[in-house]
Amino acid sequence: MPGEAPLLSVRGLRGGYRKRTVLQGVDFDVARGEIFGLLGPNGSGKSTTFLSLTGLLRPEHLELRLDGALIEAGGREMRRRMGVVFQSPSVDPNLSPREHLALTARLHSVPTDKARARIEALLAFADLADRADDKVKTLSGGMRRRLELARALVHSPSLLVLDEPTVGLDHASFERTWTRLTELREREGLTMVMTTHRPEEAARCDRLAILDGGRIVATDTPARLQAAVSGDIITLTARDPDELAAWLKAHLDLDARVTPDSVVIVCERGHALIPRIVEALPTGRLEAVNLQRPSLAEVFSHLTGRAFFSAENPA
Amino acid sequence: MTSALRDDLATITVLARRDVLRFFRQPSRLVGALMQPVVFWLLIGGGFASTFQYAAAPGLGYMQYFYPGIVVMMVLFASIFGTITVIEDRHAGFLQSVLVSPGSRAAVVLGKSLGVSSVGLTQAALFLALAPLAGFAYATIDWPTLVAFLVLGAVGLAAFGFALAWVTDSSQAYHAVMSIVLLPAWILSGAMFPPGEPGSALASLLRYNPMSYIVSGVRGALQGDARALPPLAGSVAADLVWVAVFAAASVALATWTVYKRR
Repeated sequence: MPGEAPLLSVRGLRGGYRKRTVLQGVDFDVARGEIFGLLGPNGSGKSTTFLSLTGLLRPEHLELRLDGALIEAGGREMRRRMGVVFQSPSVDPNLSPREHLALTARLHSVPTDKARARIEALLAFADLADRADDKVKTLSGGMRRRLELARALVHSPSLLVLDEPTVGLDHASFERTWTRLTELREREGLTMVMTTHRPEEAARCDRLAILDGGRIVATDTPARLQAAVSGDIITLTARDPDELAAWLKAHLDLDARVTPDSVVIVCERGHALIPRIVEALPTGRLEAVNLQRPSLAEVFSHLTGRAFFSAENPA
Repeated sequence: MTSALRDDLATITVLARRDVLRFFRQPSRLVGALMQPVVFWLLIGGGFASTFQYAAAPGLGYMQYFYPGIVVMMVLFASIFGTITVIEDRHAGFLQSVLVSPGSRAAVVLGKSLGVSSVGLTQAALFLALAPLAGFAYATIDWPTLVAFLVLGAVGLAAFGFALAWVTDSSQAYHAVMSIVLLPAWILSGAMFPPGEPGSALASLLRYNPMSYIVSGVRGALQGDARALPPLAGSVAADLVWVAVFAAASVALATWTVYKRR
């Protein structure tokens, strides 16, 4: 949103753990009503950024502004105005969802009558109304994640900070979580900052910063970041990928990368190349053809020269 | 009331209430916490009863001597088991959400310490029902003094446990400190046996052990007279001052630890 002051402004965030500085100076702005992502593989500094913003880790340096005013990261004023969704569980197995919401309302000094209505609304929002009084230890993993989200919203924060909100969720739960998040943004005008190591999640954000080695290497909308990486990716699935790759080189002078069950070609104007390949190939050599734009994982590799997914950061 | 004070009071209430709620929701924990001291008192007390002699208090039976020590042990164990959970709670539990709510870190320490203390004090109160069996008649017990010692002692031990949990950050390390420091401190507090002649190594050790003052004060209050047994030859009032200092210092230490090492 050009012209309007950002809701959150982070400048010069540097810090880490006792003997190890992770963040080397991180700057970003988050506009009002925006879903802002911090994408990076494990060890890139996402979690350190999350912990520094929420006050769970004291940064060596951080100039933080909320609504234009300088504010202490994780200080009392910030804690009043932000909601936090943790990656690790932050619920008590022996308390019920309703008790969690009620205790949180109390922690944030939400007036009792307001709290009562808010708690009912959030139980419905999180689809937990019929399990509101059961102990959390009897709830499924998905229900617990929904409770975590609802709990972060009890005091109607203007900023929601989420650490890997969909980690460990299957595709269906991932989709449902995102429906909820976008619905929240529409309804409550909530601004969100989230860390993620899932490229498909980063693609859903309005804007994102790509983190590597404690620095931001790029900040933009997912579409513009993807556009910066030239080329399309064509994946040809075949029974004998090695033979197919050799054939492509010999007949069409195409350089291809071989995977166990396919051949991958990176090229410009993939939609024009595909018909040429299919027509030139003897029938029966191909099982499937797929054309896609580079994902944010490829954008990461393009920017850093290193693969996004690795043994430490599996897909 | 300022909004900061309101937030701090809310944090204290929520954390204290949560510990009490959790305790009463776990019946096995409730039964264990009550049966264990009774079993200790009867078995260890019964075992030493025939050989125990204490020159400073001739005629004092071991069951009676050991009883105040068991009361303090209950408070100590409740503190240990109540605060060792902080290690997990802080990284993968409810405490995470408290740490990002508006209350101060001091309020977090106080709330948790009060919650843990309430659990320990509830257990101690139930065990105190057996006081007449140990030879302490209800009518002669100095109740206000007893409550003062137990409350201050419980808060002090809980806050100390909180600081320990925060610093060690692993249950194994906490367990090690428990067996090397906390349990010996209780054993050497005069809870299990008298420290011997004034001037002995044990007696000097006792002087620098905060738990000695809690045990001595509880013993004095149960006896209903203001005379502490040697070598803490001071009055019960002096003991109480030391216990209050211990409680305040522990809360300060825990708060400082939480601020310092987030």
